[in-house]
Amino acid sequence: MSDTNTDTRTPLLEFRNINTHYGAVHILKDVNLAIYPGEMVSLLGGNASGKSTTLKTLLGMVTPTSGEVVLDGEVVNDKPTSYRVERGVTMVPENRRLFKRLSVKENLELGAYLRNDKAEIANDLERIYTMFPRVKERLNQKSGTLSGGEQQMVAMGRALMAKPRVLLMDEPSMGLAPALVQTNFELIQQIHEEGIAIFMVEQNANMALSLADRGWVLQTGRVVLDDTAENLLANPELQKSYLGGA
Amino acid sequence: MTATTVSNSGSANEPLSIDAVSKGAFDFDMRAALTSGLILALSLVFIALCGIPEGLNERLLIKPVLSLGYLSLLWLPLLFGWLSGNETVLEGMVATKKGARDIVRGLFVGLIGGLGLSLLTVLMDAFDLRDPLVNWSPATEEVLQFSRSIGFGVIAWPVLGAILGAFGAALHVMPEKIRKAVMAGLGTVLSFAIFATFIVDVADFLDDLLYARRGGLKWGWAIALFVIGAGASFLGGGRKISEMKSSYQAATGPAKRQQTTTLILLSLAALIIIPLITGKITQELFANIGIFLLLALGLNIVVGLAGILDLGYVAFFAVGGYTTAVLTSPNRGPDFEGFPTLPWWGALLVTIIIAGLVGLFIGAPVIRMRGDYLAIVTLGFGEIIRLLFLSDWLNGWFNGAQGITNVPPADFGFFSVKGTDPRSVFYLVLFFAAISIYVSWRLERSRLGRAWMAIREDESVAEAMGINTVNMKLMAFVVGAVLASFSGAIFAAKVGSIFPTSFLILVSVIILVVVIVGGMGNIMGIIVGSVVLIGVLGGPKQPGLLAEFSEYKLLIYGALLVVMMLKRPEGLVPNARRSRELHQDEFLQDAWLKGEVDTDDDMVDPSTGGEGTVAPA
Ligand SMILES: Nc1ncnc2c1ncn2[C@@H]1O[C@H](COP(=O)(O)OP(=O)(O)O)[C@@H](O)[C@H]1O
Ligand SMILES: [Mg+2]
Repeated sequence: MSDTNTDTRTPLLEFRNINTHYGAVHILKDVNLAIYPGEMVSLLGGNASGKSTTLKTLLGMVTPTSGEVVLDGEVVNDKPTSYRVERGVTMVPENRRLFKRLSVKENLELGAYLRNDKAEIANDLERIYTMFPRVKERLNQKSGTLSGGEQQMVAMGRALMAKPRVLLMDEPSMGLAPALVQTNFELIQQIHEEGIAIFMVEQNANMALSLADRGWVLQTGRVVLDDTAENLLANPELQKSYLGGA
Repeated sequence: MTATTVSNSGSANEPLSIDAVSKGAFDFDMRAALTSGLILALSLVFIALCGIPEGLNERLLIKPVLSLGYLSLLWLPLLFGWLSGNETVLEGMVATKKGARDIVRGLFVGLIGGLGLSLLTVLMDAFDLRDPLVNWSPATEEVLQFSRSIGFGVIAWPVLGAILGAFGAALHVMPEKIRKAVMAGLGTVLSFAIFATFIVDVADFLDDLLYARRGGLKWGWAIALFVIGAGASFLGGGRKISEMKSSYQAATGPAKRQQTTTLILLSLAALIIIPLITGKITQELFANIGIFLLLALGLNIVVGLAGILDLGYVAFFAVGGYTTAVLTSPNRGPDFEGFPTLPWWGALLVTIIIAGLVGLFIGAPVIRMRGDYLAIVTLGFGEIIRLLFLSDWLNGWFNGAQGITNVPPADFGFFSVKGTDPRSVFYLVLFFAAISIYVSWRLERSRLGRAWMAIREDESVAEAMGINTVNMKLMAFVVGAVLASFSGAIFAAKVGSIFPTSFLILVSVIILVVVIVGGMGNIMGIIVGSVVLIGVLGGPKQPGLLAEFSEYKLLIYGALLVVMMLKRPEGLVPNARRSRELHQDEFLQDAWLKGEVDTDDDMVDPSTGGEGTVAPA
């Protein structure tokens, strides 16, 4: 897992010199990224550095103004979100964002919205129930009435229902009680061990890097560090900016 | 306000600012009662100054004691009395037993309310404020004085208020069985009195029997009806129904499906048979309800399911009406020269297509907006469409303000649908309503319906799930447009002439009120909403059972909306989901009381026990 000489394989998802604007505001500046199948990588950065924008651009919810988004070697700049979701790119949005007034079951089913394989969907539902027994107990409850920890499980379950090859996680520990942050990272680890690539966006650098293979550091839309997790953890600059900045 | 809500205003151990120490009949929150009394007084004065009692005084309900005018005032103290009985101070978590003090409080509230009208009676006599207040008139004064004297009015109002307030509160105190009987009796009398036209229309032999010549129940019969209603309830008439209801709710699986089918078939049969035995008034009423039900079902898909607040929905009704009219009538604009006129059903097919296209055309630019912007823009489009039909520019097609007259009946060979035969209109509407209900029901449970709900809940997350939000929202717009066009097409054949003034913004508003009051996203609620609002109060131009109220329709709609939003945001017929989400605090509280939810969950997740409590640095 800590193998970083993956350059000979085709990346699952890739940014080549991506620039993104909101109106006239330049957000992402010449960003290059590559996520390989089955690895766990992390994107670090302070508030408003462009982390969420990176994920939205990867998923096609925001169109870059220049550069290429590449999925399995194919440039997908003008492909819709559904195209990418169908091919295994799935996002767990910031703050979980469940469909609060729909039931837990409906939330899970919506995760599989683009899939047609009924039998397999039923199978995956079962898998999620064994993974999260608490979710199964609350299938018909409105997801907005769940506790924070349960909501996190449903959010993960919903994402897994899309049969992802790579999970884009937007600050998974945000808004969680401290006790749950740890459980949550364990959960991510568990999902990763099933062979699903994880691209985790975090402000919590230490925790994210202790799990990830590699990482990037984003500062006002520019990648300022790109290294193995080990090196990043040891990097005095990063430690300083995270202890002093943000 | 409800008895189950735990409020912290009255825990028994805390000293309260009010004089709750003394026990007894006057042991209630005097300040709160005074406030409700004053609100009641203001409401009564407001109603009186709107001219409602005077305007409706001609309509006798029970001869010679009660007119609709007086009822428009007298129901309020009753309601306030009942509500004041609800405001029980909770001691710990157990509600105190209702008793004398509730009645005294109701009496007090009603008395204050009545005093408001006394004051108005006196002021009316002393000052002339007719200039700003048009209903500050001798006629109103006469009503307030009960056609006797100032003194009589000044005394009678507080007395009546107090009696009714106390009675309203006493409903809480009576044993359940008696309360139900009293309510049933009152309900029977009032229904027979208020819906007299309808009842006579259904069974005209009752006319001479029950009703006096100038209208109003004969008072002897009023008493008899009360006894009949109360007796039926007392002997368990209502219990059978509620037993059946709960057995239906308890049923599951195939048994439930079978019962549902039976229920639907029975209602359908009833709807087919009833118009056969009733007179024209009822048939007309049914037809109007149906036309607005069709509109409401369509809007429900747009607003209730997809969450798109469309305030210009009347546009599609107009497109449906006009398209059908110009395709079938010989009196359309001269620019149609050379186009053949089509039979109604042929025109319907074209109408559906045109409505769908207009839905796409309006929807495409609008759908990219969100929330408030979208609502305002649709409001604009609703007006633009009407103004286009009215305009000189399209005068050659649509005849501007002259409209399109001579729209022929919808002819199906074996039966023809025309306005002079409201029964035929109703059957046609019933057919389309059945289709629309079925379509709505299927859509709600389809993949499309789920996508709509996801968009309604959170549009950007829906997009992230791979839902094509733009297309899905457009689809909702188009489906809504097509359903509205059915209604427009039937409307054209029914009224026989189509004018721009048939499609005022008011139509959009009324349909939206039907959807909201009935219960958004809930088909049964939409049906009940249409029956209650259109049937009782009437449509924008169509009279309902309470035709007398049509002048005050908007006032009543407004009041109803406010009350519904405050007290019952889930609509008249809530589905479990909406009501749970809208009363979430109460729901959670109940669940917590029952020990179902542990609210400390976020801090220590029981599934992981106490391990992993080390906070990451
Ligand atoms: N839809 C939007 N329109 C305009 N500006 C936006 C939009 N979304 C985000 N931004 C801006 O882009 C910058 C980066 O945002 P984001 O990617 O959400 O940062 P992060 O996730 O790192 O906190 C911020 O300054 C934010 O205000
Ligand atoms: Mg962010």
